[in-house]
Amino acid sequence: MEIQNTTVNKQKNKTMVKSPSLWKQTYRRLNKNKLAMISLFFLLFMFLLSFVGPHFSPYILDRTNIADMNQAPSAAHWLGTDNYGRDVLTRLMMAGQISLTIGIAAMFLSIIIGSLLGAIAGFYRGVVDMVIMRLADILMSIPGLPLLLIMGAILSEWKVPAEYRLYIIMIMLSFVGWPGLARLVRGQILSLKEQPFMLATEVLGLSDRRKILHHLIPNTVPLLLVVATLNVAGSILSESALSFLGLGVVPPTPSWGNMMDAANNFMDFRKRPWLWIPPGTAIFLTVVSINLLGDGLRDALDPKMRR
Amino acid sequence: MSETLLEVTDLKKYYSSSKGMFKKFGDAVKAVDGVSFTIEKGEVFGLVGESGSGKSTIGKTILRLHDKTDGEVKYKGKDVFSLSKKELRHLRVETQLVFQDPFSSLNPRIRVGDAIGEAMVEHGLVSKQEVRERVLEVMEKCGLSPFHIDRYPHEFSGGQRQRIVIARAMALNPEFIVMDEPVAALDVSIQAQIINLFSDLQRENGLSYLFISHDLSVVEHLCTKIAIMYLGNIVEQASKEELFKNPMHPYTKALLSAVPIPDPTAKRERIILKGDIPSPINPPSGCKFRTRCPMATDLCAEKIPDYHDAGGGHFVACHYV
Ligand SMILES: Nc1ncnc2c1ncn2[C@@H]1O[C@H](COP(=O)(O)OP(=O)(O)OP(=O)(O)O)[C@@H](O)[C@H]1O
Ligand code: SF4
Ligand SMILES: [Mg+2]
Repeated sequence: MEIQNTTVNKQKNKTMVKSPSLWKQTYRRLNKNKLAMISLFFLLFMFLLSFVGPHFSPYILDRTNIADMNQAPSAAHWLGTDNYGRDVLTRLMMAGQISLTIGIAAMFLSIIIGSLLGAIAGFYRGVVDMVIMRLADILMSIPGLPLLLIMGAILSEWKVPAEYRLYIIMIMLSFVGWPGLARLVRGQILSLKEQPFMLATEVLGLSDRRKILHHLIPNTVPLLLVVATLNVAGSILSESALSFLGLGVVPPTPSWGNMMDAANNFMDFRKRPWLWIPPGTAIFLTVVSINLLGDGLRDALDPKMRR
Repeated sequence: MSETLLEVTDLKKYYSSSKGMFKKFGDAVKAVDGVSFTIEKGEVFGLVGESGSGKSTIGKTILRLHDKTDGEVKYKGKDVFSLSKKELRHLRVETQLVFQDPFSSLNPRIRVGDAIGEAMVEHGLVSKQEVRERVLEVMEKCGLSPFHIDRYPHEFSGGQRQRIVIARAMALNPEFIVMDEPVAALDVSIQAQIINLFSDLQRENGLSYLFISHDLSVVEHLCTKIAIMYLGNIVEQASKEELFKNPMHPYTKALLSAVPIPDPTAKRERIILKGDIPSPINPPSGCKFRTRCPMATDLCAEKIPDYHDAGGGHFVACHYV
């Protein structure tokens, strides 16, 4: 009886919900993609670990404890301790907070700069378009990592305090991230502009601001969502590389990249793998998950693009 | 006394087909090639022609949605192409366009209520608090239900979408609307409903329409005056009664012979035109219709026929009328 009832209910629901919103349809398709869903759950787990986890840790982040130096994983220190006697798991979680925050913040900055500049270039064309896109071309023709390395070296030269470096790194990452985004958004705007609904905005006498912000950019959201996701992965990788080389987030502030620094030291590398394997794994799995989720989102948003 | 609303004189619009540095004017698509007509206040002016004859181009040019090549468009006595920014904004409120395709003319990411209401707010016709109420009013006039207001366009059928497009245009309380084949994309059963809506709105609000169609039977019920277009030119223009009773141009005769007549005993010879409409890049010399005209002579190839008054405001462009 019960079972029958629920199936009847389900059918009723189906006929009542005439056409689900675009987002619901997308979620449904994403839900079918196992790899993307596993990635999504892993990322959620990573977030909880990084942002909630530290509150459950009995250890204080920067408290050094010479007596506990370089201990292998144990019941007290699940991932062992480092050469100052700090708990590696606690540091790993805090580092996650910083690496994820930098990655996401840099993504938001790139998206805002990239989509606005791209939309303006595509909308106005002419000189504005030329200036913006040539600038983007120049930035894109310089490989990102060397550019970041140079900027990181300058920061070290200027002896920028550790707590400001975080913000500067976010800005640096968005600086190399926006040109690709601007180019994508511009392409979309160019084709959207030819749509009759944009002629309609002209007929209605809407302002340019409204045309760009309310009519054009919302139509690029699916694309932006995919690119934004992939952009976070890129930012996390770049930040890790920079920090690993000592040019990004610098100790004592932990980041996954600078924790990997242990691998630079022969003794640590050979004898104390608990120092560098956890942050390395965290970077690897997070980046892979984000990329898989991004691919899944792309397929879910536009089934035609699936191969 | 009737009052002239729109006056179009010798309007030309060429699209240059070769873009970029080596632009040659000779290759231009002569979409509209010297067209004149006037629309009186409260009049429904039908513009009929085959696909590619330049109907949409006229519609867009007279609303200054793109540049003209030559000629003049006067709306309420003012040259549309020399309006100041402020005057142009005013024109955007007073004139509207209803599109052929109700699917691509609505932004998929904008709710129905916003699509209808945003221009009202933009032009300061209503305050943000009142807008919803006004939108509901307009929606009701156009046959939409109140619960449609928060939906997205993809949840609607073609006929309903066209009602949304009409409501969007009506919201600004315009005086003149260009209807660019507004029912061509709809089912026949829906076409009649929408055409009724047009004539109701027109009568209630004293609107003037430029009603574009490729089908004479669609404009028959609505229009007071009809112009027939062929390859960028108007070949004949008269009041509706006159045109249906006494068509003069061979092209009009052919079009009319294809319109079904309700009386089955009445006999009419169906004139079937040979060939296709020629390319507007390289139109025939003399009379552009001569390649398909059953009456064409040598003179037709040599000389462009005058567009002249054949009596009582019945204009026609043919050597033999
Ligand atoms: N933006 C454009 N660029 C180049 N050529 C164009 C452009 N728009 C229209 N044309 C050409 O101008 C001519 C007239 O087009 P128009 O759209 O005005 O015709 P129409 O009578 O509205 O036809 P339809 O019934 O198919 O809508 C066509 O040959 C078309 O190919
Ligand atoms: S001018 Fe000649 S070709 Fe043109 S419509 Fe008249 S008879 Fe036909
Ligand atoms: Mg058209």
